Amino acid sequence: MTEKELRERTRRLLEEVHPDAAGVSFARFRGAQYDHGLAWVQHPQGLGGLGLEAKLQAVVQDELQRQCKTVYDPLGNNPIGIGMGAPTVLAYASDALKRALLRRIFTGEDIWCQLFSEPSAGSDVAGLATRAVRDGDDWVLNGQKVWSSLAHLSKWGMLLARSNPDVPKHDGLSYFLLDMQSPGVEIRPLYQITGEAEFNEVFLNDVRIPHERLLGREGQGWRVAITTLMNERQALGAGASRKGGGPIALLRELVAERHPSRSEAERARLRDRTTQLYIRSELLRLTTQRARVAQRSGHPGPEGSVGKLAQAELNQAIWATALDAMGADALVYEPGYALRQPEGSRYSAAGSDPAARRRAAKYQYLRSQANSIEGGTSEIMRNILGERVLGLPGEPRLDKDVAWKDVPRS
Amino acid sequence: MIFEFSDEHEELRRTLRGFFEREADEAALREQMASEAGFRPAVWTRMAEELGLAGLIVSEELGGAGFGPVELAIAMEEMGRALLCAPYLSSAVLATSALELAAHERARKELLPALASGRRRAALAFSERERPFELEAIALEAAGSGEACALTGEKQYVLDGATADDLLVVARAGAGLALFHVPGDARGLAREPLPPLDPTRKLARLRFESTPAMRISEGDAAPGLQRALDRACAALAAEQVGGAQRCLDMAVGYAKQRLQFGRPIGSYQAIKHQCADMLLEVEFARSAAYYAAFAARDAEPDAAVAASIAKSQCSEAYVAAAKRNLQIHGGMGFTWEHSAHLYLKRATASAVLFGTPEEHRRRVAAAVGIAAG
Repeated sequence: MTEKELRERTRRLLEEVHPDAAGVSFARFRGAQYDHGLAWVQHPQGLGGLGLEAKLQAVVQDELQRQCKTVYDPLGNNPIGIGMGAPTVLAYASDALKRALLRRIFTGEDIWCQLFSEPSAGSDVAGLATRAVRDGDDWVLNGQKVWSSLAHLSKWGMLLARSNPDVPKHDGLSYFLLDMQSPGVEIRPLYQITGEAEFNEVFLNDVRIPHERLLGREGQGWRVAITTLMNERQALGAGASRKGGGPIALLRELVAERHPSRSEAERARLRDRTTQLYIRSELLRLTTQRARVAQRSGHPGPEGSVGKLAQAELNQAIWATALDAMGADALVYEPGYALRQPEGSRYSAAGSDPAARRRAAKYQYLRSQANSIEGGTSEIMRNILGERVLGLPGEPRLDKDVAWKDVPRS
Repeated sequence: MIFEFSDEHEELRRTLRGFFEREADEAALREQMASEAGFRPAVWTRMAEELGLAGLIVSEELGGAGFGPVELAIAMEEMGRALLCAPYLSSAVLATSALELAAHERARKELLPALASGRRRAALAFSERERPFELEAIALEAAGSGEACALTGEKQYVLDGATADDLLVVARAGAGLALFHVPGDARGLAREPLPPLDPTRKLARLRFESTPAMRISEGDAAPGLQRALDRACAALAAEQVGGAQRCLDMAVGYAKQRLQFGRPIGSYQAIKHQCADMLLEVEFARSAAYYAAFAARDAEPDAAVAASIAKSQCSEAYVAAAKRNLQIHGGMGFTWEHSAHLYLKRATASAVLFGTPEEHRRRVAAAVGIAAG
């Protein structure tokens, strides 16, 4: 199919259902988009796609942007489901499950969450302890998961559990799709330093999962999880999409605000610091772009691996500088710390109102403390760069080829 | 000799540490910070009556313990370690120092004994919107020329300003500054709590509308007030050392017992080196804070500069230690439930209080004569 044909097909979808039309809900439009094979063009026909190359999805998105005022973020209200769940289901689920699950992921009717991390299994997630024991046609699950965002709104959870403690850690894992409404599933909000609970703890107490919802084979869980995690790194992304955009734009506005009593020396210092951060932001954006080009051309290099590390440090530096620029106003925290659960979307930096800008910057200063931890700590990222990209020797591993049950745990 | 602590000093430190471990543990901390006053009156009373803390640096003849900057540094360090929620810096340090160094004798005799006993608490209101911690920037003018004056205007970022029994307000009068006493329930006074970044320390904005204010200083109060501010900076720096050390202890403790990949995470060089870096900065901070204390005790000519060196180093060391402590704790460090964020918020706010590190460095540069050609 040519690009032209793909655009025509997109326009035919819009003739049938248009997101700008009155009474057309997100779910309805997305369902139609799926039925027309335009949700994930790389999927097989009948499963939301047309069997094309994944990069052609950008053509569909572009055509939608040209023809519609209402343009939905591809991840919609289901970033984990769409970004991670769908690729995993496509690669490992049975045909019956694919038919049952994929469309509802795309329409957002089923929100998904991830259940990998545990209190004792963070950086070493493969060392996890949640136990899965076969019992007839079911598996029985017991354990505790942590850092599960959207769990409280989710229908399905991607659950990694230990089905065999007697083999080395990577070999004893199995991957399940958990119906979050199953008996024995308890979800508790996990409040964070900003007072919100973006994430949850999920307790599993004798939860039964039918064998049909094991993805891949028993003991293959790690391989399936890699598919999920590979897509997490991409979903998180790195850098702004447009030049000068993102956090640096807000910092510039904050620094540029009039402070009549600020000394010349102070202005010069802030200006230099902001310029340094502007340059870093630009270089992050350009490096991400260069990485995409290299990947498409089939020659990915180290440029694709530095993004997460750079983004975390840059973000933290930007918001620390923002606080610095505010002087004594940083003593006051208008958003407050009321414990609350947000309805799914992140705190957005409100527009041109200076007070709102400051509130957003203060919030981001606190929120950004997690950037060097979530999705892979900066320490782990440096190890990956050093060992896998630069080929430096790894440190001796104490848990390699040791049965999981024999590895010391805290 | 400087940096020499006596047996009594060590005894003071041990006593305070034990007291705060019992009376100001984490459960108490969370309860106190959630309360409107921001402290537990019963604990404050015990601090004052059993330990003489409220009057630690007030002269014995006015009901205090008659101690000096070194004892104060020890006390502040222990309070910082415990992240104590109490109006100590505001009342027992800044307010009593302002009275001692800038108020006339009659006012000192009238006001200090009640503060020293802990029965009453005072707050110094001097900051305004522009350059809030520089006395020269104060613009609020008192109306009236005698003792009984009136104030109309605003004061910002007043520590414990909403709950203090007495307010000591700094305003322009004549050629310089003057200190005024305003009771907490004065006519025309509005006290508005500000939502603090650091929930362990309360702040308020004060609005005055022809509020009666009694002048309690003679001549220009600015030099005395500056010395009081320097003393508060040095005290805050000692508090920051206590907090930073606590962060280092927490990080090391966690790194020893948290296992990942079959090893304690402290066995990884990345973590080990971060802790080592924290240690270096904390030790420099300790040197700065202790030197400021001893220099003040011995009335060294560089005591004021020492206070600024301490404030700049201790602020940066505390923020860095608090961030690293959170980082080393991984996801857990990012939770509300863990105390890492409370230390980070105290560190971030206290870095700004009484002047940022950059502002203090500019003062050091000017005093020492550092210039770029």
